[in-house]
Amino acid sequence: MVHPSEILRPTDAGLYCPPGDFYVDPVRAVDRAVITHGHGDHARAGHSHVLATQETLAIMAERYGEDFAGNVQPAALNETISHNGVDISLHPAGHVLGSAQAAITYKGCRLVVSGDYKRRADATCARFEPVACDVFITEATFGLPVFRHPDDADEIAKLLQSLKTFPDRPHLVGAYALGKAQRVLTLIRAAGYDDPIYYHGAVAKLNALYQRHGIDLGTLIPVAEVEPETLNGKIIIAPPSALSDRWSRRTENPVTAFASGWMRVRARARQRGVSLPLIISDHADWDELTTTIEELHPEEVWVTHGREDALVHWAHSKGMNAQPLSIVGYDDDADE
Amino acid sequence: MKRFALLLDQLAYESQRNEKIRLLTTHFQEVPDPDRGYALAALTGTLDIAHAKPALLRGLIEERVDPVLFRMSYDYVGDMAETISLLWPDGDGDDAGLSLSEMITALNATSKAHMPARIANWLSALDTTGRWALIKLMTGGLRIGVSARLAKTAVAKLGALKINDIEEVWTGLEPPYESLFAWAEGAGAKPAIDRAAPFRPVMLAHPLDEKDQEKLEASDFLAEWKWDGIRVQAAGDGDTKRLYSRTGEDISHSFPDVLDAIQFEGAIDGELLIVREGTVAPFADLQKRLNRKRVTGALMESHPAGIIAYDLLLDGAHDLRPLPFEERRRRLEGWYQRNASDRFMLSTLVPFDTWDDLAAQRTAPADTGIEGLMLKRRDSIYEPGRPKGPWFKWKRDPYLIDAVLMRAQRGHGKRSSYYSDYTFGVWDDGVLVPVGKAYFGFTDEELKKIDKFVRERTVDRYGPVREVVHEPDDGLVLEVAFEGLNESTRHKSGVAMRFPRISQLRWDKPPHEADTIETLRALLPKS
Repeated sequence: MVHPSEILRPTDAGLYCPPGDFYVDPVRAVDRAVITHGHGDHARAGHSHVLATQETLAIMAERYGEDFAGNVQPAALNETISHNGVDISLHPAGHVLGSAQAAITYKGCRLVVSGDYKRRADATCARFEPVACDVFITEATFGLPVFRHPDDADEIAKLLQSLKTFPDRPHLVGAYALGKAQRVLTLIRAAGYDDPIYYHGAVAKLNALYQRHGIDLGTLIPVAEVEPETLNGKIIIAPPSALSDRWSRRTENPVTAFASGWMRVRARARQRGVSLPLIISDHADWDELTTTIEELHPEEVWVTHGREDALVHWAHSKGMNAQPLSIVGYDDDADE
Repeated sequence: MKRFALLLDQLAYESQRNEKIRLLTTHFQEVPDPDRGYALAALTGTLDIAHAKPALLRGLIEERVDPVLFRMSYDYVGDMAETISLLWPDGDGDDAGLSLSEMITALNATSKAHMPARIANWLSALDTTGRWALIKLMTGGLRIGVSARLAKTAVAKLGALKINDIEEVWTGLEPPYESLFAWAEGAGAKPAIDRAAPFRPVMLAHPLDEKDQEKLEASDFLAEWKWDGIRVQAAGDGDTKRLYSRTGEDISHSFPDVLDAIQFEGAIDGELLIVREGTVAPFADLQKRLNRKRVTGALMESHPAGIIAYDLLLDGAHDLRPLPFEERRRRLEGWYQRNASDRFMLSTLVPFDTWDDLAAQRTAPADTGIEGLMLKRRDSIYEPGRPKGPWFKWKRDPYLIDAVLMRAQRGHGKRSSYYSDYTFGVWDDGVLVPVGKAYFGFTDEELKKIDKFVRERTVDRYGPVREVVHEPDDGLVLEVAFEGLNESTRHKSGVAMRFPRISQLRWDKPPHEADTIETLRALLPKS
């Protein structure tokens, strides 16, 4: 049988498939790329040919302009596309709108690149589907057992409780502009909060894109269009970088919240001056990472970006064949 | 326990002082006795609770979590209590509903042999925040940015009391402070002080505004030197001797040498200093003796402490505080006749006829350990707190240097969107060396301007720190004011400033005209 390392191997530009002559989520411009999802460190502009879900292509076009690639090829989820004898199929990853795992099969050996994923329900994207494989290439952003994300409804309840405790203070919620912001909005709506929610200009385009894809975010108003006093006692969604930026000064004495898996650790919250940490993540937590590996039970586990060492150690302790795969170029997702 | 854990959690994330007080006062309003009293004890460091050694906790977690994964997690999180609270498997231990006081009582009644099982049981019963709070309590030192004084301020705010009222009775009280809460809420009488040599809240002075000085009559005042030590109260009462800080903290254990020398009945107010053969040593020497649980004979020998007496509050059993300062002073001199020693000295009065006369003496103090003058109305009674009018401090003008802004870091709380913490340096042989950090002294308008400068002129970043341009002909010169200088082995420059702050922005001045390290070194105390 063919050895998996002949099908996918790490290179400076990213994971490369020699028989298919394409890359998965390359970190620099290449000829052929399969893109798992629209986050900037995975989806870069300038490739000659891009294969991705329709939604991911739409996100890339929104961020980089219509000419972000030479030509694009949309793939439906679970549809198999053959190229140079390699079968490629995309499967839901549950991370953000359009996110997918990439399954690559060659001569009977299947490798699945998880991309970024999570297992729990998210109203803004299709839920993760396990795909049987010989090699599972998993992310490890939250690959430490201290990261166990609580129920997201409980975290949103904390936000709504704070609005009651501080009815005169604006509540500034930092959330990654692609995916997290929209998921937090749907969660707030699901908790029964119907007031208008205000937003920073940087999340405008992606909110609109999600709405075009039929995701209901309720009434949204740009912060720039209202007087600062209007924001008292209201929720404002902004990208994390805006929380400690000059932009935040247009709100008076805000409660600063941040929706992120990193908020599980106090020092990370304090570093960012967050007084209301909301542990809401679009990545698998430790339990999701380990149960997924146990469920798939592949011949080999390759661990990419994040905290590879702990997850590899865990897999070894379970008698599994695991190794870290050093791929440079992915962010540690501090804003996740 | 749940309620207390929630309080600690909220306090740990809150950076604004007023919001912290609000959280504390609300807690004291909502939580009944004795739980609120134990919470107060935990926050003020007076809680008597069985301690758990880190090794015990580590042993417990390693029975449940792979030790390698624990170590990796601890490396990442950096705090033992937090790491264990996050890693501990959720379970169904008993007693999840126990209150704080029930837990403390049960813990203190648990034998050493049964302690690990008891702790494990509770960690399983509690949620993440509860585990974190319990481990913090049991390992000592909450470190959540709440001082004892802040917690007492929150108690005072339950009713119409002042922080000084609380401090006056504080040392005579014990957890769970039921009489204190009743008094603060107006539901009980002031707790009787039945402790020997109790603390008497201190009288403080306002800074002298030189414009106000014109309205003051020089002949109404007495003046004495203001020393750069720490303000203390020494009290003798029968066999009991105590030394208090100005907030009423009993610091007797750190200064047995001074305590032994209390051979009088009564209480004096004075300045604690290190004094070698009649000469006052720099403040840095005193710092070596502060906050020690125990002190060695060798340290007492090399760093002998003494007190310069400012005031006599109690002579025998006679309370002198309602008497005018001039009369107290007369009695203090009498007290000194009987108690002069290596440990007790008398603050000398500075004679003067006019303010100009005094101003001249202020510029040339007799000792480098002097930070200015105290002006006290001859007729002032000893009134706790900081009353406006009777006492003024007239500090020596600060030292000023021109330094160059080198690095900036974001502030906290309201200032988190500003670069408001500045590291500045002076020239040493053509190279800028950092000599200090300052994060106040500027106006809001000036802060905005420096912030803008930092953002536009960043040349490098490391984590939260931005390095800004600091070339001989390009950069921002800051006039820095400070109170004194000490030698320091911790700072590369070899000097450490006391109380540095930004006094002016010198946009007009090119960096190469800033001061040199030699200018600073000339200000070091001669030793």
